[in-house]
Amino acid sequence: MARFLPADRKLRTAFFAVLGICFMTGVGWASIPLYRMFCQATGLNGTTQRGTVAPGAVDRQIRIDFDTNVAPHMPWKFAPENPSETVAIGARDMAFFTATNTSDHPITGTATYNVTPAQAGKYFTKIQCFCFTQQTLKPGETARMPVIFFVDPKILADPDANDVETITLSYTFYPVDSAKAKG
Amino acid sequence: MTDTALSPAAFEAHHDDVHAHDDHQMSFFARWFMSTNHKDIGTLYLIFAIVAGIIGGAISGLMRAELAEPGIQYLGIWASYLPGGEQGLDHSLHLWNVLITAHGLIMVFFMVMPAMIGGFGNWFVPIMIGAPDMAFPRMNNVSFWLLIPSFTLLLASPFFGGAGNGWTLYAPLSTYGEPGPSTDMAILSLHLAGASSILGAINFITTIFNMRAPGMTLHKMPLFVWSVLVTAFLLLLALPVLAAAITMLLTDRNFGTTFFDPAGGGDPILYQHLFWFFGHPEVYIMILPGFGIVSQVISTFSKKPVFGYLGMAYAMVAIGVVGFVVWAHHMFTTGLSVNTKMYFTAATMVIAVPTGIKIFSWIATMWGGSLSFKTPMLWAIGFIFMFTVGGVTGVVLANGGIDDYMQDSYYVVAHFHYVLSLGAVFSLFCGFYYWFPKMSGKMYNETLGQIHYYVFFVGVNVLFFPMHFLGLQNMQRRVPDYTDALAQWNWVATLGYKIMAASMLVFFVNVIWSLFKGKPAGDNPWGDGATTLEWTLTSPPPYHQFETLPRID
Repeated sequence: MARFLPADRKLRTAFFAVLGICFMTGVGWASIPLYRMFCQATGLNGTTQRGTVAPGAVDRQIRIDFDTNVAPHMPWKFAPENPSETVAIGARDMAFFTATNTSDHPITGTATYNVTPAQAGKYFTKIQCFCFTQQTLKPGETARMPVIFFVDPKILADPDANDVETITLSYTFYPVDSAKAKG
Repeated sequence: MTDTALSPAAFEAHHDDVHAHDDHQMSFFARWFMSTNHKDIGTLYLIFAIVAGIIGGAISGLMRAELAEPGIQYLGIWASYLPGGEQGLDHSLHLWNVLITAHGLIMVFFMVMPAMIGGFGNWFVPIMIGAPDMAFPRMNNVSFWLLIPSFTLLLASPFFGGAGNGWTLYAPLSTYGEPGPSTDMAILSLHLAGASSILGAINFITTIFNMRAPGMTLHKMPLFVWSVLVTAFLLLLALPVLAAAITMLLTDRNFGTTFFDPAGGGDPILYQHLFWFFGHPEVYIMILPGFGIVSQVISTFSKKPVFGYLGMAYAMVAIGVVGFVVWAHHMFTTGLSVNTKMYFTAATMVIAVPTGIKIFSWIATMWGGSLSFKTPMLWAIGFIFMFTVGGVTGVVLANGGIDDYMQDSYYVVAHFHYVLSLGAVFSLFCGFYYWFPKMSGKMYNETLGQIHYYVFFVGVNVLFFPMHFLGLQNMQRRVPDYTDALAQWNWVATLGYKIMAASMLVFFVNVIWSLFKGKPAGDNPWGDGATTLEWTLTSPPPYHQFETLPRID
């Protein structure tokens, strides 16, 4: 190791200082994937989870509200079929949304999503969702879009979350090429 | 300070008068534009900071003029003077955003930091540790000259539409909320200023670790040197994160990335995390060298070594370390979970402990000392009072629950102006009056200095104290208008600005008068209390000091 270092003491100190700068620059850039992993692991900011099998209903009901938005200037109408549902915790449930393309050209969109209150994100698990893939609507086309989810019964054991009676699931549709279009 | 172990008499043999007039052989251009001398570069930094301070202070004058009465009086008129501007509410509000952004960025990056670190740090760190110059003199020059294009970019941006993002440059306003080149110019300006500070940090760390005179152990270094060392580490670790974050802003703006755009899977909150991971250490970067200056001055004018030297040094280290793990207290209203808020509340309050140690030790240094209330000492005592007031409101705001109510109110504005505009700025004036005789060789006028202090003290308190009341009545920051009910205290605050501005005229008269007509200062105008190495040299110090290194026993 030592022979890779500059012989001059001052240069050696500066070398370590530059190393520190490079490391912190790396931390800055690495924060992008790390933050995403952290949100998924902890449900921070209401990040929802993904699962395959619902564990089965327990004896407690919870209300799920659905909130839908489209990005400004995106000519879609987007709404839940039922604005609110009451389900048993742990039970598999399916909700439908309808989206209509009101413009005269096909548009591809993708939906971002999260839940409030934020501490429920860790327990709101999706088995299947239209938001996992991109959706394309032809001019004037209307589509029904399903989401299959359950609320993990572990929520009842969490002192911060077991008093949650309503979870709001929110979606926002963005046009897929918006990032390039606005540049 | 253990530097009482130093006896000034020990160094008198080391004066290097032979080389004292080297500077006279250099042309003006070579000396000031290609300078590698830490004292000349320090002087350049101080001049730069004074110019930036005048501009930033004038902008706050515009803001106080507008806020003097409810309603919008002047913004429309000013906006119509700018290219592409016209009278109208949108242009007025945008101009307001541009003004607060410029005021914040100028005061943080172009006034306080260049004066504290570039100015006093460059001037006195090498001298105080008995070094002939900084470790990398040419890099030092690069550090300074990077600031000029950086400042130019920022000052030019209002003429290309104006960057109105606030000094925090939050996404999404800074990504797709504000097209046009001016926000790009502000971001590039921060890149350059950041590069300048990072180079400076490498220089200070290398200098302090390798160039101390024989016998000058780390635990004998004057506290000002300690403060700059801790500051340099904070710069080194915090600025690269800012650089990464604002680079992502640039690519989001110009190259179609979506780091902070939810449409592409990004998260604007992440920008806030990255910014404040830099931004919180940044506020300690601005105040720690001030702690160092105040420690030197209190010790000098109490004729006593600083009480609890080691505690003082390691309190600064502790503030620096803890300062990296409290950033989210700037983000209490972004939807953090209760546990996260509890952690950041507790961690933030922990910082009050080392800070309290410092306040206690300064007072204990004065206790039983042989006090003389010269101008620098007045500023130091004023600093302790002001910083304590700002610290107390800081503990209030540290509570996540209370912050939900106080967020973005004038209470917050009052808090950070008490610790910065009154804390950091008082310590800057403290250092300026303390070292002016050493840097210029001339004594300042004591009467004018004291008039400046007392009028400034009254002015800034009349200016900022009412902001606590305004904030508690929910006056929102970053808004140029307010309800009529708040008119009285806003009028008082603007009156305070006028008092403060009048005191600054006294300051500039004093500086100019002293430079031309001041009495020669002599090597050590402060007497026995001034024990650090700079007072063993002539005033101003020889162009190259310590050709024979001093030896500290």
